[in-house]
Amino acid sequence: MYQYTDFDRQFVRLRAAQYRDQLERWQTGKLSEEQFRPLRLQNGWYVQRYAPMLRVAVPYGELSSRQLRVLATIAREYDEPEAAVYKHALETQAKFGTHKLPTHYAHFTTRQNVQYNWIPLARSAEVMELLASVDMHGIQTSGNCIRNITSDERAGIAVDEVADPRPFAEILRQWSTLHPEFAFLPRKFKIAITGAAEDRAASGWHDVGLKLVKNEAGELGFRVQVGGGMGRTPIIGTVLREFLPWNQIMNYLEAVVRVYNRYGRRDNIYKARIKILVKAEGQRYIDDVEAEFRQVVEHDGGPHTIPQSELERVSASFVPPALATRVFQSAEKTDAELRAHADDDVLFARWLQRNVAPHQNPLLRAVTLSFKRRGQAPGDASADQLDTIAVLADRFSAGEVRVTHDQNVLLPWVHAEDLHALWLAARAAGFASPNVHLLTDMIACPGGDFCGLANARSIPIAEAITERYQDLDELDDIGEIDLHISGCINSCGHHHSGHIGILGVDKDGKEWYQVTLGGSDGSDLSGPAQPGKVVGPSFSAAEVPDVIEAVLTAYRDTRAAGENFIDTLRRVGHDPFKAAANGARFKVEEAA
Amino acid sequence: MRKTLRILAAEEHVDDGSPKVLQLANDADPLAIEVNLDDIERIDLHFPKFTDGRAYSQAFLLRRRLGFKGDIRATGDVLVDQLVQMERTGFSSAVLAEGVDATDAQRQFDRFAAFYQGDAVHTAPHFSHAAGRT
Repeated sequence: MYQYTDFDRQFVRLRAAQYRDQLERWQTGKLSEEQFRPLRLQNGWYVQRYAPMLRVAVPYGELSSRQLRVLATIAREYDEPEAAVYKHALETQAKFGTHKLPTHYAHFTTRQNVQYNWIPLARSAEVMELLASVDMHGIQTSGNCIRNITSDERAGIAVDEVADPRPFAEILRQWSTLHPEFAFLPRKFKIAITGAAEDRAASGWHDVGLKLVKNEAGELGFRVQVGGGMGRTPIIGTVLREFLPWNQIMNYLEAVVRVYNRYGRRDNIYKARIKILVKAEGQRYIDDVEAEFRQVVEHDGGPHTIPQSELERVSASFVPPALATRVFQSAEKTDAELRAHADDDVLFARWLQRNVAPHQNPLLRAVTLSFKRRGQAPGDASADQLDTIAVLADRFSAGEVRVTHDQNVLLPWVHAEDLHALWLAARAAGFASPNVHLLTDMIACPGGDFCGLANARSIPIAEAITERYQDLDELDDIGEIDLHISGCINSCGHHHSGHIGILGVDKDGKEWYQVTLGGSDGSDLSGPAQPGKVVGPSFSAAEVPDVIEAVLTAYRDTRAAGENFIDTLRRVGHDPFKAAANGARFKVEEAA
Repeated sequence: MRKTLRILAAEEHVDDGSPKVLQLANDADPLAIEVNLDDIERIDLHFPKFTDGRAYSQAFLLRRRLGFKGDIRATGDVLVDQLVQMERTGFSSAVLAEGVDATDAQRQFDRFAAFYQGDAVHTAPHFSHAAGRT
């Protein structure tokens, strides 16, 4: 992991002090609500349906066990609403049918961050200081600025990697942190960066998607995609550069963001993302960026050209950790033992198949702890569970974890020899659902139970589908599939990119759900990134599980050998699936 | 960070239509200015709302790209928490919006000694001061 310098550490502490200053000026009336709002947002503090929400930045998803323990402390000691707030929330949500609103927990997001839902604003400065004590913060996790940068959950360990994206993600994190010119952009700005052949970061869906590539001469650079985004107008990013030398990335992004800051629309919030500018201006936007980039380099002298020495300094933080000093047995013996355990217990065999991925170091594995299980919302972890993750990280993964884009937690440094012991411990903790990439490994936003923007609840939909699909044989038979659920068109649950997408909509104050099919996040399984297509008029909450079942039955009835859901959908087209979905509508009973 | 930005109250800001003062609308392109900048003493850039960040890029381009040496002044919805950014992007004076307490300003400049990225004033980023790195 990146090792904070004294400068980095002091910077985060000063940011916490600055936030306290701002909070106090708001509390004493020197800052109006409107004036304070963007300041708290740029520190991760929203005000949601019932209470503030804090979004903590987890740069490119990496967390240490020490940081996890502080996140657990925050959940335990701060994630608690005032009694009146909680009573009001419970009473209001009960009218919709929600009777359980958990407190004292954290939530893993699709942007690899961590959110809390109940911390009172009055305690917010204290929480920021606590976070700063372990080099953490909420800098630019919200607001119309360059947001926290996301990356491949397997960065630095993936077998299909061209180069490790983390040093670049860190250099870009520093560059974007409190950038004076780009703090009040027309709209939010999200960067994803990957270094592998497989895109595990949905980079085509980002304002900027960067992919490390090598040119014919074997030199390292970036493929630069700009103008992707979800929301009301789903658009996949346009490739501006097939190859940009690695050391020019900040100079180039300065041009990309400056042109956007100057010409992006500010008159309509729904047309303010860079995707709209790129789409409207097309080649003219690209020409402007290239011209500005030349000026940055030629006139300004390219001040943010990355020196080799800086790349080396930052890269030195990302060397593989020293693993346990014990003497390991031979790989052959380990394989034989794992096979024997797998023969003994089909659950372990399934877990090995689903939750364990290969690693650059042939002795190691990347292991996903699943946060998709009955009784808790996708991506939720209680205070005790956060502590347990820290224990597992220390025992099995050199004290490091990654928050994944799919709202799980990955242990990146697990020795193959330890897999069975890890499985036993993960199973005891409830993190061993062998469902990674299967139907129940769904993405869902917090939805209408918490979020002030949501039109409908997401969690009960996720819960109903999870309950219906508990048979592991059935899940396995359905195979790999991306089910994504958003409570509103802001698309935090990435419904556009789901093979099956569910979008909450509001009609006459009631919750309805639109179903889309055929979306892709750009991974190998899913094919080139694209938005799904709507199957028809929206469904009631009660209909949704039946609709999903009908669509999956249609797949199982029509698939050819070896086909995943998305393959069959592409081969036979949408019509049979649309018919199946619409056939699952409840019939209106005729009056007697 | 050393405060060089001149902070003005509304009554200290003189806008008398002097030909040596240029008012640049917030959607105007500073690179397309037709007057000779050598004849200009001050350029006023406008923040219609403090959340509209276009003038930061305008200031940067005027200072860094065009090498304008005169006063670049922030007008409009100018609040305490944006002053450091203004100085860093090339503004040299700022007229505080009505009702804003100037006594809160100095603290904001005293807080951060340095930043990560280069800007219009300190063009070199933090990483280039390798010797001074702690």
